[in-house]
Amino acid sequence: MYRILRKEVLSDFVILFEIEAREIAKKAKAGNFFVLRIHEQGERIPLTIADFDRDKGTITTVFQKVGKTTHHLATLKEGNSLTDVVGPLGMHSHIENFGTVICVGGGVGIAPTYPIARSLKEAGNTVISIIGARMKDLIFWEDKMRSVSDELIVTTDDGSYGRKAVVTVPLDERLTENKDINLVYAIGPAIMMKFVCVTTEKHKVKTIVSLNSIMVDATGMCGACRVEVGKETKFACVDGPEFDGHKVDFDLLMSRQRMYTGEEKEAMELYKIKTGVG
Amino acid sequence: MEENQDSRKPKNRVKMREQLAVERARNFMEVPYGYTPEEAMEEASRCLNCLKPTCRTGCPVSIDIPSFIKLIKEGRFIEAAWKIKEDNALPAVCGRVCPQEIQCESMCILGKKGDPVAIGNLERFVSDYERESGDIQVPDKPAPSGRKVAIIGSGPAGLSCAADLAKSGHQVTLFEALHKPGGVLIYGIPEFRLPKVIVEKEVAYIRKLGVELAVNAVIGKLYTIDELLTAYHYDACFIATGAGLPLFLGIPGENLNGIYSANEFLTRANLMKSYLFPEYDTPIKVGKRVAVIGGGNVAMDSARVALRLGSEKVHLIYRRSEAEMPARKAEIHHAHEEGIEFNVLTNPVRFIDDGKGNVAAVECIRMELGEPDASGRRSPVPMRGSEFQIEIDVAIPALGTRSNPLLIRNVPHLSLNKRGYIIADEETGMTSKPGVFAGGDILTGSATVILALGAGRKAAQGINDYLKWKFWDTKKFMN
Repeated sequence: MYRILRKEVLSDFVILFEIEAREIAKKAKAGNFFVLRIHEQGERIPLTIADFDRDKGTITTVFQKVGKTTHHLATLKEGNSLTDVVGPLGMHSHIENFGTVICVGGGVGIAPTYPIARSLKEAGNTVISIIGARMKDLIFWEDKMRSVSDELIVTTDDGSYGRKAVVTVPLDERLTENKDINLVYAIGPAIMMKFVCVTTEKHKVKTIVSLNSIMVDATGMCGACRVEVGKETKFACVDGPEFDGHKVDFDLLMSRQRMYTGEEKEAMELYKIKTGVG
Repeated sequence: MEENQDSRKPKNRVKMREQLAVERARNFMEVPYGYTPEEAMEEASRCLNCLKPTCRTGCPVSIDIPSFIKLIKEGRFIEAAWKIKEDNALPAVCGRVCPQEIQCESMCILGKKGDPVAIGNLERFVSDYERESGDIQVPDKPAPSGRKVAIIGSGPAGLSCAADLAKSGHQVTLFEALHKPGGVLIYGIPEFRLPKVIVEKEVAYIRKLGVELAVNAVIGKLYTIDELLTAYHYDACFIATGAGLPLFLGIPGENLNGIYSANEFLTRANLMKSYLFPEYDTPIKVGKRVAVIGGGNVAMDSARVALRLGSEKVHLIYRRSEAEMPARKAEIHHAHEEGIEFNVLTNPVRFIDDGKGNVAAVECIRMELGEPDASGRRSPVPMRGSEFQIEIDVAIPALGTRSNPLLIRNVPHLSLNKRGYIIADEETGMTSKPGVFAGGDILTGSATVILALGAGRKAAQGINDYLKWKFWDTKKFMN
């Protein structure tokens, strides 16, 4: 069960897995995520579903090596299996013909942006996509994104590829030039989503973000993932993960994401000593 | 005492030996040791074997208490375990976590003059004896009925329903959202109150009865109820998903780092074994000073887990007085013994941060008891100007739950009450949707293991009748 059928090393830090999960593939939609566990002592981590193939019965995810679990995950090979895969979780994206939509994907956030851009395109929208990362090595799926976008803009912070800028620069330009943009989708690091929202708020364009908070059960039972949206506490796992970005308290989200920094470091150090990986 | 010929005066209850409070407060091993066979027989000998056994009427699943106690008296322990299993699929669990003092034992005649028979301790003894002897008997497989039933949730309601339906010859699939079966028995109730091996063994017994188990299956997402009934050809579904989303206080600062719902705190500790971090990957904040808010069993469990994780000081904050606490008396007593500090008639008003997003203190207000409220308990009223602060680095609100929308919002024609819980017939579990039954906390909100077990059994009977007659009284649910 849950065999890794395909592994692609997208960069030193970013890995793609295509995982056998027939039942989940049948139900997955843009915006959904899933939870996995590598082994019996493992933690449950949520990852976004970046693609799915109902005929092959697979889901695809892209993750970045951050802590112990993702480093360990990256050592798995094609043919290895995961202990647990649970999904599809979260409310899927609300897709309709909005008119013109800008999709912003940052870092590994490019992956979950792809199925949303594709669905929006299929629903008849004009899709402008902006993908960005710190440097060239961290950009992936440029072709895939281009294939579902009417226009694609690539940025890197250091200018090693595409335009030297953060994603909010071309975003601000497009919103200034084109007053007919009806919706912005933004998925990436919390700090990026925060500044995308600052930018779009200025132009009064509705913005949907997908929040990547810490989760345990991811089915509403524990509340680890709670976020504040419009001053109200919401659970990212069952109420989200997508929310109206203009109402999200990003500072709280970022603070809560840092809750276990010390423990993560400790676990990572120990893992390095044990395995030499990292 | 006409039947108790061998004693001149009523014997005292045989106390169950337990770990010393100072020792156990720092380990996760079970608190009571259980009876020895001699102790069990001595305690069983106190039973008067009443002509009209009132104890049985106090049991939500009507276990034949006098018969199993008689078997213990005779030293026939395994047969006693089987006797219980006729009515209760999870005796080792119930012997530990049932509130016997307000159920069977409260009806015991001996209780009028002294201590009632320790029915719970005896139930625990025989089920442990059976398990340790390895002589676990599975009833003969009945003829297959050709019917399929899907059970959503593998907690106490789901497990007991599954056991009864399997014994009736139906093909049963038990769907569980988490990676391990057992529901609250696995993620909620801590090891020192209910060792997880015991839950695993009880689940193994239910699988031996022929029940199929599907973990990692989030119904409502992976399959809808309608798909189970049509595409997957289940003849009936039983929804036993439990109470759901944890409640928070709704006061400023409740989302600061270090503030856990009791569900999260217990899930990390019990299911994910974070007390063994970093050997296990899931971290948990071990507060130096912890505040648990609430007065129920879950609050006691959270406080006692915090202590065992290594917290120096654990405060229990409850807005009424100790007399109103809904927790079992034994749990309150254990918490006191282990050194939990009780702050009763105290209510949190806000959490204060350390400037870095972590909780640093909780500000509370003193309360006094006023007039009785709808629940009959005297309701607490804040005393003006009595605010004070308790320094903490972890807080655990244990306030109960509200309905989880994940499954329910994808089930058309299912009637819910104002609180979002499913409306179902109490005797049969029938809901407004033909073929769909429900029971346990998803009807009532947070309650007890044994009530969920009882609901599972009643639903099994309801499902059996439905599969026979295919009759559905939808009028009941019309407004």
